[in-house]
Amino acid sequence: MMKSGVDVSDLRVVRGGAEVLHDLTFSVEPGEVTGLLGPSGCGKTTLMRAIVGVQRISAGRVTVFGEPAGAASLRARIGYVTQAPSVYDDLTVEENLVFFAAVLGVPRDRVDECLRVVALEPERGRVVRALSGGQRSRVSLAVALLGEPALIVLDEPTVGLDPVLRKDLWETFHRLADEGAAVFVSSHVMDEATRCDRLILLREGRIIADDTPPGLLEKTGAEDIETAFLDLVARAAS
Amino acid sequence: MSPRVTLAVARRVLIQLRRDRRTLAMLLVLPCLIMALLWWMFQDKPSFGFGALAPALLALIPFIIMFLVTSVTTLRERTSGTLERLLAMPMGKGDFLLGYALAFGLVAAVQSALAVTLSIWALDLDVHGPVWMLLAVAVVDAVLGSALGLFVSAFARTEFQAVQFTPALVIPQILLCGLFVHRDELPPFLHGVSDVLPLSYAVDAMRKVSGDADPAVWGDLGLVAAFALAALVLGALTLRRQSE
Repeated sequence: MMKSGVDVSDLRVVRGGAEVLHDLTFSVEPGEVTGLLGPSGCGKTTLMRAIVGVQRISAGRVTVFGEPAGAASLRARIGYVTQAPSVYDDLTVEENLVFFAAVLGVPRDRVDECLRVVALEPERGRVVRALSGGQRSRVSLAVALLGEPALIVLDEPTVGLDPVLRKDLWETFHRLADEGAAVFVSSHVMDEATRCDRLILLREGRIIADDTPPGLLEKTGAEDIETAFLDLVARAAS
Repeated sequence: MSPRVTLAVARRVLIQLRRDRRTLAMLLVLPCLIMALLWWMFQDKPSFGFGALAPALLALIPFIIMFLVTSVTTLRERTSGTLERLLAMPMGKGDFLLGYALAFGLVAAVQSALAVTLSIWALDLDVHGPVWMLLAVAVVDAVLGSALGLFVSAFARTEFQAVQFTPALVIPQILLCGLFVHRDELPPFLHGVSDVLPLSYAVDAMRKVSGDADPAVWGDLGLVAAFALAALVLGALTLRRQSE
């Protein structure tokens, strides 16, 4: 039986004495691209870290494929791309992928496949330090895809990318979801919202909406997601 | 833990080192230059000096250099997010630590082989014991330096702080290891302190190998190795998969 992807209930996270996530409850389903949208500083990264299992939680429950987040058995099944590309600057693109492939224990041909997915084949022999910012984050993304993860968590993966590449990446996310993965993508750019199957709007550590993009527009009567977001903030305040 | 992952980590560290040509050159050439400098200092005093100090220096150099190199490299790994990424993967902490120990142990072996070769054949250092034992002590010593460096990198937020651990942890050991004042002649309290410092045993071992045709170094070497192991275990405790 296929359990749901990520289940978060009453999640509370305290960092440095301040509560940054307040009783969040939602889920991320396999086969869908779920977007996590909100201004910077609203707790997106902390939430993603809690799901991946590297952030200690204060209360509530986070399960991934039915197991508690951070469980050892989950490690091979989650691909996590941090905001800052976490790859080795002084290795070539290929050396980075070959190393992480060895750690994950996946065959070498996954390296070529993942390079193709992020369109970095021509740069495979270049040292990461010499690449542009966008290329570097694609190396980081390629590493996350190596293990064919069932859950892919991407923290602002499209920042600094040109529009063509951004479109390609979103197509990649949907292809991965079509293949059965649960894809959880954060962004602070509202116009990326329409590319998601489902949206979670986060503000100051609280979920202010959890809906499909058309559903959200219908509910607020707004023309675009940005207006809908502002509308919801205003409603919450009043 | 798996040999595949351990070797992948070691191989990756060595590739990074190979790409940094200047660091590699310094790692291999500097110990030789220091030995040559020491020899030169005592050229007019052949009865005293080089023969007595060189073995201690051959023990100190791999320890100091590997301590510095590892503390900075692993700090970089902690701050760049690659460590967190690795810990989120099915990688044992032991794989990470042993991979580093293996890579830097190998570099230390080459480094010490060069310095020992130069000291014996060009600078006429008298070694009564087997030469391979000098190398064995140097490698265990380097692994100790790496292990300690890895451990302290957990307590530094910046590379500036990391290098400050050298005066804090390394220089007192140099002062108390018997290089300046024989350990037996230290005030009783300091003698007691020097008894619990690993570098003291590394220097003792080096001295025995160079002065004795059939040196009994296994006790000293075992102690240094035990310290290295303890530092690796402490290092493993600092690799946390979760943060606050």
